[in-house]
Amino acid sequence: MSALVLVEHDGSTIKDATLATVTAAAKLGEVHALVAGSDAAAQAAAKIAGVAKVYSANGAGLEHQLAEAVAPVAAKLMESHDSFVAPATTTGKNIAPRVAALLDVMQVSDVLSVESADTFTRPIYAGNAIATVKSNDAKKVLTVRTTAFEKAAADGGSASVEQVDAGAGDGGSSFVGLEASESERPELTSAKVIVSGGRAFGSSEQFHSLLDPLADKLGAAVGASRAAVDAGYAPNDYQVGQTGKIVAPQVYVAIGISGAIQHLAGMKDSKTIIAINKDEEAPIFQVADIGLVGDLFKIVPELTEKL
Amino acid sequence: MKVLVAVKRVIDYNVKPRVKMDGTGVDLANVKMSMNPFDEIAVEEAIRLKEKGAATEIVAVSIGPAKAQETLRTALAMGADRAILVQTDEEVEPLAVAKILAKIAAEEQPQLVILGKQAIDDDNNATGQMLAALLGWPQGTFASKVELSDSATVTREVDGGLETVKLNLPAVVTTDLRLNEPRYASLPNIMKAKSKPLATKSPGDYGVDVARRLETLKVVEPARRQAGIKVGSVDELVEKLKGMGIAK
Repeated sequence: MSALVLVEHDGSTIKDATLATVTAAAKLGEVHALVAGSDAAAQAAAKIAGVAKVYSANGAGLEHQLAEAVAPVAAKLMESHDSFVAPATTTGKNIAPRVAALLDVMQVSDVLSVESADTFTRPIYAGNAIATVKSNDAKKVLTVRTTAFEKAAADGGSASVEQVDAGAGDGGSSFVGLEASESERPELTSAKVIVSGGRAFGSSEQFHSLLDPLADKLGAAVGASRAAVDAGYAPNDYQVGQTGKIVAPQVYVAIGISGAIQHLAGMKDSKTIIAINKDEEAPIFQVADIGLVGDLFKIVPELTEKL
Repeated sequence: MKVLVAVKRVIDYNVKPRVKMDGTGVDLANVKMSMNPFDEIAVEEAIRLKEKGAATEIVAVSIGPAKAQETLRTALAMGADRAILVQTDEEVEPLAVAKILAKIAAEEQPQLVILGKQAIDDDNNATGQMLAALLGWPQGTFASKVELSDSATVTREVDGGLETVKLNLPAVVTTDLRLNEPRYASLPNIMKAKSKPLATKSPGDYGVDVARRLETLKVVEPARRQAGIKVGSVDELVEKLKGMGIAK
């Protein structure tokens, strides 16, 4: 049995999401990795512990990992693999279903655990229910929730790298640009500590002037509720929740966040949850390990100063 | 140009789902159902394209039980021109939905199909991508901005920020939260929607087998977190953080 992992990278380095995906894939067989559009990332993927073989594909559209270009390459490689495993990141979620449809397979999305070669658990209804599903397709296509799996070691492997034919097809799409969020802080999905703000901050200025210094003190990433993002206090990629990012840091500090089920879906697997909210009845306190009731405009500056 | 919009009837966004005692699924008896929120955004986007003169006709499609008619009437009341209900009581998976939509697209020849990026019940986030693959069309998923000319320029919400791609038409677009804010249907429009055409079909009419590929063995509630303690002051909180090794 062999599993083909979609490697997520930024053109040179491997993203952490890939490492957790390798761990999930290892439960399904020998792990092979597909790297689209970067020889440097292919070399890095070859070093991941547990990866036996790397396929490096280069060609039009692949350097930006466009789904139209990557999916046919992956589908072709699937002729000699039993499962395709991608991280449930925006890249993986864009590509994997396209691969699944080309293979006539129903994807298992957002896998939390691999119970056996064909049985998996996954969250439904914003994580309010966990379903155990058995795939009756001959080949499997999965996206995995990366916070649910340990990361494989980035070093220690020595896989061979094989160039694969990228095909000639123009998939009808082209990359125009990426407006990247610049930040010196850790990435949300791999941060050990996250401080997250809600609509209670009242404005973008207050969101940043209060949260950023606290995040700096804690070496934390900054997240936001959907309400804060919708209100324009924080960019879209800060959003934690059912439809945003799923995070599970050591410590998650929710400030001015009431705790809608859609938000809880994105952070309730954090090891320790700390909530600061002026409403002591806020649902966030039902999941918080440590709660502090009070005015964030007083508490946050005081906390920042005392740390 | 014609725009096809796919909508799904799901549990209302504000209802907290309850897992059935027998572990077979989520209890939907006597629960408020609504249009999937991402699909509302899809309908709204199609209407805005029509209002701007970029689209000429909007066809709304739903695959689901007889009651999904209500969801389609909502789409019609918002501003869709006509509707197709592919009626089935089976729980149809994204792959089969995509196959049915691909057949409808072949018949209707739209230049654009807009779908929600995911349904808030099964949270699969797959149908749009699968449809694009089956049709061999390009896809603009998780869209926060769509501009149409002789091609579609789609800004996508991705993990690292905002990515813009250009798609040849016809294309598939899936919506993210910030694409637009859907309108409420006005009472006159709700009345008018009752007389707009709604065709009822079956999966068999399109030759699509909707048998499930994924068998649900059981559905359980997630492990519950226990509520913890409350601290009375910032100093106490700082002490706790120090205890965890988070603060020095």
